[in-house]
Amino acid sequence: MEDYAQVRGRIFDIQRYSIHDGAGIRTIVFLKGCVLRCMWCCNPESQSYEIETMLVKGRPKTAGRDVTVGEVMEEVERDRQFYRRSGGGITLSGGESLCQPDFAGALLAESKRRGITTAMESMACAEYSVIERILPVLDTYLMDIKHTDAAKHRAFTGRSNELMLANAKRIAASAMTELVIRVPVIPTFNDTPEEIAGIARFAGGLPGVKRMHLLPYHRLGQDKYDGLGRKYTLTEILPPEKEHMLMLKEAAEQASHLTCQIGG
Amino acid sequence: MWISMVFDNYRGRTRRSETMVKYNSSRIAKPERIAGMVEHLYAKLPEIESARAVLYTESFRQTESEPTVIRKAKAFAHVLDNIPIIIRPMELIVGSSTIAPRGCQTYPEFSYEWLEAEFDTVETREADPFYISGQTKEELKQANAYWKGRTTSELATSYMAPETLRAMEHNMFTPGNYFYNGVGHVTVKYEEVLAIGYEGIMDKVRAELAACKVGDGNYATKSRLLQAMLISCSAVIRYAGRYAELAEKEAAACTDPQRKSELYAIAANCRNVPARGAKSFHEACQSFWFVQQLLQMESSGHSISPGRFDQYMYPYYKKDLDAGIITREYAQLLIDCIWVKLNDLNKCRDAESAKGFAGYSLFQNLIVGGQNAEGQDVTNDLSFMCIEASFHVFLPMPSLSIRVWNGSPHDLLIRAAELTRTGIGLPAYYNDEVVIPSLMSRGASLEEARVYSIIGCVEPQVPGRTWGWHDAAFYNMCRPLELVFSGGIDCGEQIGPRTGDVTKMSTFEEFKEAYIKQQNYFISLLVNADNAIDQAHAERAPLAFLASMLDDCIRSGKTPEQGGCVYNFTGPQGFGIANVADSLYVIRRLVYEEKRVSMAELKRALMFNFGKEVNALVVSQVAGNVARELAVSGVSVTPELVAETTQKVIKTGVTREDLRRFAEIHEMIEDIPKFGNDEDDVDELAREMAYTYTKPLLQYENPRGGIFQAGLYPVSANVPLGAQTGATADGRYAGMPVADGVSPTAGYDTKGPTATANSVSRLDHGIASNGTLFNQKFHPSALAGDEALEKFVSLIQTYFDRKGSHMQFNVVDRATLRDAQANPDKYRHLVVRVAGYSALFTTLSKSLQDDIIRRTEQGF
Repeated sequence: MEDYAQVRGRIFDIQRYSIHDGAGIRTIVFLKGCVLRCMWCCNPESQSYEIETMLVKGRPKTAGRDVTVGEVMEEVERDRQFYRRSGGGITLSGGESLCQPDFAGALLAESKRRGITTAMESMACAEYSVIERILPVLDTYLMDIKHTDAAKHRAFTGRSNELMLANAKRIAASAMTELVIRVPVIPTFNDTPEEIAGIARFAGGLPGVKRMHLLPYHRLGQDKYDGLGRKYTLTEILPPEKEHMLMLKEAAEQASHLTCQIGG
Repeated sequence: MWISMVFDNYRGRTRRSETMVKYNSSRIAKPERIAGMVEHLYAKLPEIESARAVLYTESFRQTESEPTVIRKAKAFAHVLDNIPIIIRPMELIVGSSTIAPRGCQTYPEFSYEWLEAEFDTVETREADPFYISGQTKEELKQANAYWKGRTTSELATSYMAPETLRAMEHNMFTPGNYFYNGVGHVTVKYEEVLAIGYEGIMDKVRAELAACKVGDGNYATKSRLLQAMLISCSAVIRYAGRYAELAEKEAAACTDPQRKSELYAIAANCRNVPARGAKSFHEACQSFWFVQQLLQMESSGHSISPGRFDQYMYPYYKKDLDAGIITREYAQLLIDCIWVKLNDLNKCRDAESAKGFAGYSLFQNLIVGGQNAEGQDVTNDLSFMCIEASFHVFLPMPSLSIRVWNGSPHDLLIRAAELTRTGIGLPAYYNDEVVIPSLMSRGASLEEARVYSIIGCVEPQVPGRTWGWHDAAFYNMCRPLELVFSGGIDCGEQIGPRTGDVTKMSTFEEFKEAYIKQQNYFISLLVNADNAIDQAHAERAPLAFLASMLDDCIRSGKTPEQGGCVYNFTGPQGFGIANVADSLYVIRRLVYEEKRVSMAELKRALMFNFGKEVNALVVSQVAGNVARELAVSGVSVTPELVAETTQKVIKTGVTREDLRRFAEIHEMIEDIPKFGNDEDDVDELAREMAYTYTKPLLQYENPRGGIFQAGLYPVSANVPLGAQTGATADGRYAGMPVADGVSPTAGYDTKGPTATANSVSRLDHGIASNGTLFNQKFHPSALAGDEALEKFVSLIQTYFDRKGSHMQFNVVDRATLRDAQANPDKYRHLVVRVAGYSALFTTLSKSLQDDIIRRTEQGF
């Protein structure tokens, strides 16, 4: 049996009682480092792999720490009884977890070995061979698809979307994990019924995919940009209204057979 | 019994199972009249009335030479025969203690001075104001004059040791509840009144009386108590008769045919119950109500708790439903009417107590679900209908509770969680798996423990046979800690043991020992205070009506106050565990392990409130020390000299450098892990510190032959008593609230509800057999949608798996609360869970409102 406990990686937070990112009560481990630079990102401290100093309520706080899988599991284990009652487990998030594939893989494998269910929030922005190694130990893949249009994707996130869309197809085809498609709904970027329906059509065409989450844009991360000495560029947009979200949900459901929900 | 398919939405999949279900859980629409009844109830400020005090005193003036128990029964009867009665609009269940809606009577036989002193402020005070007319004031003054020297409160004071009185003056603890009021805190045998009525009970009493032999040693006391029971029970039957007459009179004059027939039905009910056994569900509801109302006419004791209403009412409901006499909708309407009436009863407390029990609450705890004596789950239709009634009436009373165990139906938990989601702060969740063994450890049999119910805030007991004195005192665990720093001196006076110079304590163990020494001493004084009050109630307040409904008072010939019940306890509640644990952990780490702060520095930082506001607490401690030092140095001490020197010390004693260091120390303290974050070290210390209160208490006995058992909950006293507590080493500033129950300090729990639940469940809840209280506040977003509700239920179940005992929730967002503070008129019905009970937010004092707002919002 491989020893995962000593594998090292870099995280910036562990959040317990997460109830919007997978089944049951979950503990989210946030891995540091991302390939994209989404303008709306609510965890800007997740983007750089480097350990940073961020001001929180005026006091400097270190964002990022190096840990072993064993250390993370100690924290994850603390809520084991809650997982058992609720059907929950561990969720990896980021950042993009696939930027640290060995660490992410070891966390998931170790969790499975201990009988804890696994989920991962990710854009699938990596070579498929990297993803393929993780799939056997991943129960649920919460995959972000932000836009079907490559140019617009590049303008708002800094990268084109071809690789991710291709990966989505291959992950779905593998049938090794429950694939759920998540769409952050960002005004001015992808919040028209046509754009959402486009994503829904794509997602609906993926074999085995049954569910889609529409995650309304929020500004809870705005203060962190100040804390990092960076500029938040989306100051002009407001979170979408509830009615608008309901309309988008309807558009998505009409364009596909998917069960669509607002929020995770 | 009917069979249903249960569709269980679990993890997004629909799982179908066929289960035998013993209940109908379908929702029932809110009856039309309920909104109007609630509107009527809350139209005006509640009013103090004088009728009871006047009549009670009138009777007492005529019975000087008789035994106390007879005098009290006659006075009770005189009140019931003559007090003005009223049927409120749209009521189906009748019996009001005051003419004014939500009015209150007074009980000068327990105490009255505080009310006279507050006559002119009671209408305008912050917590629980009452209107009082000039005429009422006059009438009460005349009645009160009789009671000078005759109250339970005065007798209790005379029994207390001087050091106890001194400790109370110094706010070490407060036994205010029973010091100034009746005891209450009981669940009587409602089921017996429903089954055989007071005529049946009187038959039992007469049989016991016939068996008394004049040569028996206890003949005098027992025969008089039994006679007093007969006087009381027959008065209650006559009181119901007065309502029957009034209903008939109003019916005759009524032109609305529907209301006319309702009034005749009310009259017919009151002719039969509570004299005889209830023949229908409607009669059972009426009979229940007279018991509930009149227990609170006999005495001012609160927390008269209906207990397992869904169990003892069920046979009447089932019979009528099966016979086609009643519909579920009509039964629901009757239950809703009882819920409204539970909010009609009211009580005026002294201004200080009002802060501690804020929200006009009478803590009438009603519990649904759970097991029967044989350990089977007995959730039934009424369990769901009780929850439904709280949805419909949406008021603080009853304090609705739910029993949770490993065999609880999932439907019931989800329905309860749906009620929680509304933000009403109800129900409170109780864990059978902790409470049952805990009660057994105090002498209950397995069968008795399985049918437990809850009194008042969170106190478990065996119903119908326990006189638990459940709310016996508020004990602030932070205060003895302050005295460790001063060597037992408070405001210049030596009130605690001389534990020595704190700066010379060389090990953490030594410091901890000093705390335990202070703690043990004040616990013994607390016991002294409670037992003095207990004795006073035995002598001056034996209650025969109450005794007629509790085992084993008839046979033993003693009232509950005299030790007539099967189980006798005294349950004073401690709070501030989080502050004490966090403080000790800070001291261990910063002073003894890391040596980053010296004890002398910490002592000064605390004395001067970390350099923050120099408030009255700081001044009084400094002034006390100044006076003491002046006296020691031989100077003649005048108030002027003390004041002058104190000002000098405060102005010049703290340098700029001191202030910088205080702030630095406070920052270091902030960075030390705190209780409530699933940190083993500090949680373990919290467990140990809780034991320093819960264990010593067990060695003490009360005058009724029972033992002391600790509770860990503060009602809302953590705010006013926090206001009397200086700065603590956990970083809490002087005068701020101390932590609530077993909950972490507000704002210190930052790792979410599972971490907090783990920390809190690490305490020993079983030993605190008088109940523990764990409050969590949720933002509504954490409970939105079916899936989140499932997860919420899992959270409760897991906390209970880990042997937590009680859990309750506030579900409102901060913005809503702020808005309610600014615009109370918009939020007259906003209910929050305070601490063991729900209250209307806008009726709470500003400081308590602030405390609720400050509590960590969980679930992001």
